Amino acid sequence: MGLLSKKDAALLTDPLADNNPITIQVLGICSALAITAELEASIVMSISVMFVLGLGNVVISLMRNIIPSKIRIIVQLIVVATLVIIVDLVLKAFAYELSKTLSVFVGLIITNCIIMGRFEAFALGNGPWRAFLDGIGNSVGYGVILIIVGFFRELLGAGTLLGYPVLGNPIPGELSGLYAYGYENNGFMLLSPMALIVVGIIIWIQRSRNTSLIEEN
Amino acid sequence: MSKRTDSNSYTMIFAIIMVFVVGSLLAFMASSLKPNIDENKRIEKQQNILYALGVDENEGTSAKFVSTDLAGTAFSKYITKQIEVQGGNEIENSDAYLIDIKKQQTLAKQGKQRRLPLFVGKNKKGVTLYVAPIRGKGLWDAIWGYVAMDENMVIQGAYFDHKGETPGLGANIKQRYFMDDFIGEHLLNEAGEFKGIKVAKGNNDPKNLEKTDYEVDAIAGATITGDGVSAMIKKDLAMYMPYFKTLKK
Repeated sequence: MGLLSKKDAALLTDPLADNNPITIQVLGICSALAITAELEASIVMSISVMFVLGLGNVVISLMRNIIPSKIRIIVQLIVVATLVIIVDLVLKAFAYELSKTLSVFVGLIITNCIIMGRFEAFALGNGPWRAFLDGIGNSVGYGVILIIVGFFRELLGAGTLLGYPVLGNPIPGELSGLYAYGYENNGFMLLSPMALIVVGIIIWIQRSRNTSLIEEN
Repeated sequence: MSKRTDSNSYTMIFAIIMVFVVGSLLAFMASSLKPNIDENKRIEKQQNILYALGVDENEGTSAKFVSTDLAGTAFSKYITKQIEVQGGNEIENSDAYLIDIKKQQTLAKQGKQRRLPLFVGKNKKGVTLYVAPIRGKGLWDAIWGYVAMDENMVIQGAYFDHKGETPGLGANIKQRYFMDDFIGEHLLNEAGEFKGIKVAKGNNDPKNLEKTDYEVDAIAGATITGDGVSAMIKKDLAMYMPYFKTLKK
């Protein structure tokens, strides 16, 4: 690859599979459980996290030599909170419709451990360009899992994808599609515990395909 | 390991400078963007009220407001009168829609007199409707909305919004399938007593054909948000009862 050295490219690709933030690093689990009831919310959250993590990693990386180690967690928290609030304010002023969709996610982004986790584990020890790549790579890895979970939860829980009915009409008396054959939505899929089970299944599949990920006791 | 950045004095100075810089940056952003944000919120209120009145650009199953550019003209076209209700009396106030419901509810809690705005308008069919604002609590934060009623307090349109309900669950109160369920529901029983509308689980009327059961079907996984909707309808709309009684005479 001309643009990126091999080491830099690995920063982007590793988090997609073998070093995935959710399934391997166990970062960002809370939001993966909370907001994946719908595919659309998963996509919006993934894009927001990509923006904040990419930018935040660069800012923290630039400040890495002047941040006092005793209060570094608080400094990281302030940086991410400031970034998110500024983005929210600008959207409210110039793209109000969009901001209404996103403002629900603001609190979830600030408290998302994937952001603090990457600041702490990577941005504090690496230059801005590599930190940026790490931020993008990890947020894409995070987004992939969110979208997979969101896909199955919305499909099996509500019978829709991005709000469009794909399995037919479930209303009694107007049954069509799969529902006409006695299929029923599983309302349990809409609740958070099922997200945990879906994430668990993804981890299971991933580890059975790549046995080097299994820890030895 | 001893670095310059480890000393206590450096840490203190860094913290002070950081707080100062971040504080002034945020304060500057917030105050310089405030006029734009307030204007957006004002237009949104007009769009919400128009939506409850049935003036919208809905397509298919999605809820869509009249566009921001047209909201102002549509608002003056369809809203014929804005009033404040005091018991059975009305006071005309052409800016009643700017009344902050949150502040009024705080006043009411302190035992003071609160103002009750009501917007009288004609929908696209020319029927006179009364739109009242409501506000309450969901699971995480505030929820609010506008309800359009005819003079018998039968709901003819509803709009709900929320600050931070869970996406995919409680946040779906602003989906059209939920808001549309309220249309045609009666708030009063035959004796004229206020019943409210309950967002009910285990409703055996999922198509919502029964309009006088004072119930609409709840959203799965959004029990507390649904209870919040029931509560704000019951509490806030009941205050308009005396005014609607005068309309019937």
